[in-house]
Amino acid sequence: MLSILRTLWNVLLHMFHRRETVQYPEEKPYLPPRHKGRIILSRDPDGGERCVACYLCAVACPVDCISLQATEDETGRRYPEFFRINFSRCIFCGYCEEACPTYAIQLTPDFEMGEYHRQNLVYEKEDLLINGPGKRAGYNFWRVSGVQIGGKDKGEAENEAPPVDLHSPLP
Amino acid sequence: MNPILKSLLILFLVIFIPLNLAAGLIWLERRLLALWQDRYGPNRVGPFGVLQVLADMIKIFFKEDWIPPFADKAVFVIAPAIIMITVLMSFTVVPWAPGATVANMNIGLLFFLAMSSLGVYSIVLAGWASDSKYSLLGGLRASAQMLSYEVFMGLSLMGTVLLTGSFRLNNIVDAQRHMWFVIPQFLGFVLFLIAGVAETRRLPFDLPEAESELVAGFHSEYSGMKFGMFFVGEYLGVILISAMITVLFFGGWRGPWLPPIVWFALKTLCFICFFILLRAALPRPRFDQLMSWGWKVMLPLALINLLVTGAVALAART
Repeated sequence: MLSILRTLWNVLLHMFHRRETVQYPEEKPYLPPRHKGRIILSRDPDGGERCVACYLCAVACPVDCISLQATEDETGRRYPEFFRINFSRCIFCGYCEEACPTYAIQLTPDFEMGEYHRQNLVYEKEDLLINGPGKRAGYNFWRVSGVQIGGKDKGEAENEAPPVDLHSPLP
Repeated sequence: MNPILKSLLILFLVIFIPLNLAAGLIWLERRLLALWQDRYGPNRVGPFGVLQVLADMIKIFFKEDWIPPFADKAVFVIAPAIIMITVLMSFTVVPWAPGATVANMNIGLLFFLAMSSLGVYSIVLAGWASDSKYSLLGGLRASAQMLSYEVFMGLSLMGTVLLTGSFRLNNIVDAQRHMWFVIPQFLGFVLFLIAGVAETRRLPFDLPEAESELVAGFHSEYSGMKFGMFFVGEYLGVILISAMITVLFFGGWRGPWLPPIVWFALKTLCFICFFILLRAALPRPRFDQLMSWGWKVMLPLALINLLVTGAVALAART
């Protein structure tokens, strides 16, 4: 009986407590930089697309929401011909970001993607590409990888020695 | 003013105001529950969210009014009307202010008790006519609960009747000129409060519709405005019990400075808020606990209260 009265009193005192509700549209909640939200494709510092169309993100995606087609430009550099993310399927797990070898695909702290038509949730490459390097400033895959493309030979990457001549007997 | 016109006006107001208050109470309850749970509740539609009720009402009117094919159709339709009728009938005897009563009956209190007992037919018939297991269980629980809580509800009020010497509610209010009955009849007040909560089937005594056990109990099969009538009937019941507590134990319209109707409204509002606080704070008892409480604790207490009051009244007279 006494505990009932005490419960009533304690609940009544909650009148003077701060309310926990965040009044969302007016008051935005804090999202940490690593929040897994809307997916973007970043560019390297030179302004080129980072994505090398290796398909690893599409393979890693547990709901198969990424589809892309690889192609090469005249210098032999791989890039996606189209890159499509169906956000009505995406579960924002971030596996694509972890799978990406070039830091191209990244998740951003933005979740306000509501649409009236489901088709509008299919984002094409031009919707996904942003004009900056995202979370990885200063990283340029082609500058640090030893891959040979037009205009850049093997051994010209940063911190890389020229390739060893296998046929030479000298060290 | 023309007496007929005046009584018509009172009649209109007594139907109009409680019905609208009952709708407003839905908003009040949601806001207060939210306040006590550190939330905001509906605050978007209109100022402070008061128009939320209007939006809900439009929604409920446009919902499909479905009668299950297995239901007993006539009874199914009548059941929600009964609760509205009985509760609104009870409002006729409530003395809102001096002279503002629809029916100043000499058996006003008995009429109120009778009408609130008749209200249980609505729930039992709704549970029966729905012809579904959950509804029937809800109806069964309602009938058992009403039966056991009705008994000491009536007995708890007999103390005030003894002190007044009349069943007329106006006389009861007049008898509290010097002292509110809550002081000499504190036990009676507590018992009536508990019985009143059980009578309106509010938490923690909402076993007939216990949503965690019986889906929605007796109104599981109801939809649209028929469900709305049960809903409004419940809130009307809350207003009625709060008004009756005010009349019987807290001096009705009596109070200094402010006009009588304001005092009445303020006191009633306090008890309505208390009803909502009960809902916010207390868990629901088990059904056997409810029954044994009613019969083993409340009924003996009510009888003791009646006996002691009777003895004191008799000693005071001789």
